[in-house]
Amino acid sequence: MNATMTPNRVTIQEAAPVKKTAIDDVVLDCKVRKIHYGDFLAVRDSNVPIARKQITGFIGPSGCGKSTVLRSLNRMNDLIDVFRFDGQVTYHGKDIYARDVDPVVVRRYIGMVFQQPNPFSMSIFDNVAFGLKLNRFKGDTHEKVEKALRGAALWDEVKGKLKNSGLSLSGGQQQRLCIARAIATEPEVLLMDEPCSALDPIATRQVEELMLELKENFAVALVTHNMQQATRVADKTAFFGVDMSAGGRTGYLVEMGDTDQIFNHPREQLTRQYVAGEFS
Amino acid sequence: MARHQFNISRSADSVSAPPSSRELTTDTVFRGIAWICASLIIVLTACLLFKIGAQAVPAIRQHGLGFIFGTTWDVSRETFGVLPEIWGTLYSSFLALLIGGSFGVAIAIFLTQEFISPRLAAIFRTIVEMLAAIPSVVYGLWGIYVVIPMLRPISEFLNAWLGWFPMFSTDLAGPGLAPAALVLAIMILPTVAAISVDAMRRIPYKVKEAAYGMGTTRWEAILKVMLPTASSGILAALVLGFGRALGETMALAMLIGNSNQINLSLFAPANTLASLLASSFPEAGQIEVQALMYAALVLLAITFLVNVGGLAIQQYTVRKFEGKR
Repeated sequence: MNATMTPNRVTIQEAAPVKKTAIDDVVLDCKVRKIHYGDFLAVRDSNVPIARKQITGFIGPSGCGKSTVLRSLNRMNDLIDVFRFDGQVTYHGKDIYARDVDPVVVRRYIGMVFQQPNPFSMSIFDNVAFGLKLNRFKGDTHEKVEKALRGAALWDEVKGKLKNSGLSLSGGQQQRLCIARAIATEPEVLLMDEPCSALDPIATRQVEELMLELKENFAVALVTHNMQQATRVADKTAFFGVDMSAGGRTGYLVEMGDTDQIFNHPREQLTRQYVAGEFS
Repeated sequence: MARHQFNISRSADSVSAPPSSRELTTDTVFRGIAWICASLIIVLTACLLFKIGAQAVPAIRQHGLGFIFGTTWDVSRETFGVLPEIWGTLYSSFLALLIGGSFGVAIAIFLTQEFISPRLAAIFRTIVEMLAAIPSVVYGLWGIYVVIPMLRPISEFLNAWLGWFPMFSTDLAGPGLAPAALVLAIMILPTVAAISVDAMRRIPYKVKEAAYGMGTTRWEAILKVMLPTASSGILAALVLGFGRALGETMALAMLIGNSNQINLSLFAPANTLASLLASSFPEAGQIEVQALMYAALVLLAITFLVNVGGLAIQQYTVRKFEGKR
């Protein structure tokens, strides 16, 4: 671990004030106080509002907790026994971590695309129709499946073989199939956890173009370890750092702002070093 | 084999060197041993088939296909037919598969889908696998002294109230199909459970994540995602379990009643091929031995067909669900 990753100051950073000219339509307001895995403090003090019609990029060195924060936004981390979340994630005026909220319901409104393409071992059609059936959709399933596959820029490649297994596709196609599966039910928010890390450059480019189209309809939160990707697609960027001062490795939000500001006029020394490629 | 060695003198710095001739010889010898072992299995199977086949030839000549469709086994009149045995074999195995298969898959779900802690699951699994270590004859005794008395009142009740239904048309007078199938189900349970557990465990974590990420409840995740994903492995488990049920001998000979009749009733005595072989060999004369060899050949053919058919279905699911060739 590079020593420069330890912040110069251990003071708590406030979330950077958003640009005053445009008022963001925040749909998912995430305020993390502490995230623990057992006794291990993984993330602290990170406020990341996710706005509609925007891509919010999460960047930072490995181990900075950006994936952990993203996965807290639809309670995916609840699958891990020792996970404990202290904070608030407000969605339509309700904290999704409130006692009376079922994580299953949260995940139906907040979709997710994972690092590894993970289509189900069923046909391409059934993969996309999975969420529709799950949500007891009564209308024209074929129409919705086609719309989702078109939305994921996959329709032309698979329209003749919808009955084939989703696993028969190439890696990039599988990832776009997973995106189609996630957007078929038209959730309000789409979480993407390094969706291109397993893809080749051409497939990455296709998925990036797709993200730019998706943000017209969804709020997108994107974790990426590729800074260029953040500059290419993200409207807002949240930079996470690792605090090793307490002996552990605790991630925290260093600063968040417009992507242009983060990369060209960072407020924090640590951000400047990171975007300049001095550590990763 | 490629044996070219690059003509590079070993310099002081480089550690790279070609494999020594001894390493190469070991390689060849190992390959040879592997080949011999593999071919021995094939030779053994062929020998077995040939021996049984040769001894069955007179019976095949004499009885022909009538043997398979005949329903009497009368040594004094030299009339031999195994249709009731074929029926009993398939019926008892099918019932066992139905019961043992569903329980086995249910146990696999219970042990792998985080209903209990991993440590407890490991203990449970060991107990289930221990069922496989119990000798067949012990199962037979248990069946006679526990299962049959336990089933008798149930059979009387079912026969009295639902006697019009063919499966309950008789009551249990002693040994019969139901106790045999039940004990058989318990015997194949560990096979089905153990292989299904492995199939469920092989499901990558990312598949589970994908299911829960879509907002499935636990049951939806298991029924709609996990089971289809593990379906080829579970099918293999069921085929193996069915194969084991077809060939099971001792417990069945003790429990099924060895009666040559074709009856849908669960509580009527029946017979299976394996049980026929086991119970008739000791006193069989030459003619009957030939007939028994023919019956053994029929049993072999059935197990072979079931395994090949099961494999074909399994391959089909692999292709359909996983898109592999």
